[in-house]
Amino acid sequence: MSETAIFLLDGEEVPFEPGQTVIQAALSAGRYIPHLCYHPEFKPHGSCKVCTVKVNGRTAASCTLPAQAGLDVESDTEEINELRRTLVQMLFAEGNHFCPSCEKSGNCTLQALGYDLGVMTAGFRHFFPDRPVDASHPDILLDFNRCILCELCVRASCEVDDKCVFALSGRGLSKHLVVNAESGLLADTDIALTDKAMEVCPVGVILKKRVGFAQPIGRRRYDPDPISAQALRDAPRPPTGAGHCAACEVEE
Amino acid sequence: MNAPVETKKKLRVATTSLAGCFGCHMSFLDIDERLFPLLDLIEFDRSPLTDIKHCGPCDIGIVEGGICNAENVHVLREFRRNCKILIAIGACAVTGGLPAQRNHLDLGDCLSEVYLTEGGLEHGLIPNDPELPLPLDKVHPLHEVVKVDYFIPGCPPSADAIWKFLTDLIAGRTPKLGHGLIKYD
Repeated sequence: MSETAIFLLDGEEVPFEPGQTVIQAALSAGRYIPHLCYHPEFKPHGSCKVCTVKVNGRTAASCTLPAQAGLDVESDTEEINELRRTLVQMLFAEGNHFCPSCEKSGNCTLQALGYDLGVMTAGFRHFFPDRPVDASHPDILLDFNRCILCELCVRASCEVDDKCVFALSGRGLSKHLVVNAESGLLADTDIALTDKAMEVCPVGVILKKRVGFAQPIGRRRYDPDPISAQALRDAPRPPTGAGHCAACEVEE
Repeated sequence: MNAPVETKKKLRVATTSLAGCFGCHMSFLDIDERLFPLLDLIEFDRSPLTDIKHCGPCDIGIVEGGICNAENVHVLREFRRNCKILIAIGACAVTGGLPAQRNHLDLGDCLSEVYLTEGGLEHGLIPNDPELPLPLDKVHPLHEVVKVDYFIPGCPPSADAIWKFLTDLIAGRTPKLGHGLIKYD
């Protein structure tokens, strides 16, 4: 086909390179589509569905949808944003997300998305699940209460660190993050503080010990600007910056 | 026509703290001198500020704290019955908050730990005075017990957030907090 490599996003033209997904092309063109489990350095996962858009009348995850000439993509509409709000609400109701005591507060992608989408309440009945923490490792704390099953740590540990420290186990409601050791404890793995898996958690599950609140609340990543502005500033995000993680980068 | 503005009725507002720490009320007071223009528009019914014990018919009810015991349920229902608009204010009212951190524990174990097994409590007793409200098995956010019209998250929400929310609401606009004012922590 000799059509120009352009699709429509909310009525405006977005150019794309062959092989780009809709979200990659949109971010490169300075157009923000809310997303959570998508990370530019990893193969798209398509699980959180926050980046859902309406394409030619059907909903699709824009992180897995290949850009094609002539697509008519709707993203920033009240209908789609309401769906995104509901997804974020369900994530908050499903885990134990107690922001006032979380070291990730202010640097958390889930929280920042909630702010930006105007989520005022989880709305649903809270699950209050029982998920004990794993503090076995001398330098790293695992707080499973906040896990949203995005698999970014699983992907980072396998694809970059070549260690496969993390995995998901179970299905449906019983799906949960596990540590790949016979004891099930992080202390019995070869995870290191310098691992990619340490950087990618969008929420407060994988935390470095003994740095709690060194960076004060109010001076954190999403304090000056909302996530929508920051995601655009970071885009297009080339995979060259080894060790650079948009979700957990510390400012200053 | 004579000036009808004079006769404009003040909105009646009730506030209470259930399983909360009164931090949200303190943050509300942090609107400081803006309390004066606010008091041109509203008057208080039941509230820690008036010491009125029961809520009468109100336009707006503002409830801090979650639901952790039987009395909380009664007070919340009294507010819902009497208030046209019910607002859950703060992390505890919106999510259960700090008190809800006991939800994955057995209530009996919690009481024993605090009143019986803690060191120096060998003659300890779990309080059982009939005047004490019975604790609930789990702590709940308000919307799990009654219909809640609006939510202001935050621990506590800032004075600016509370001011923005209330002035929007009183002016008849849909309250909208926006970046920097909407906070969960």
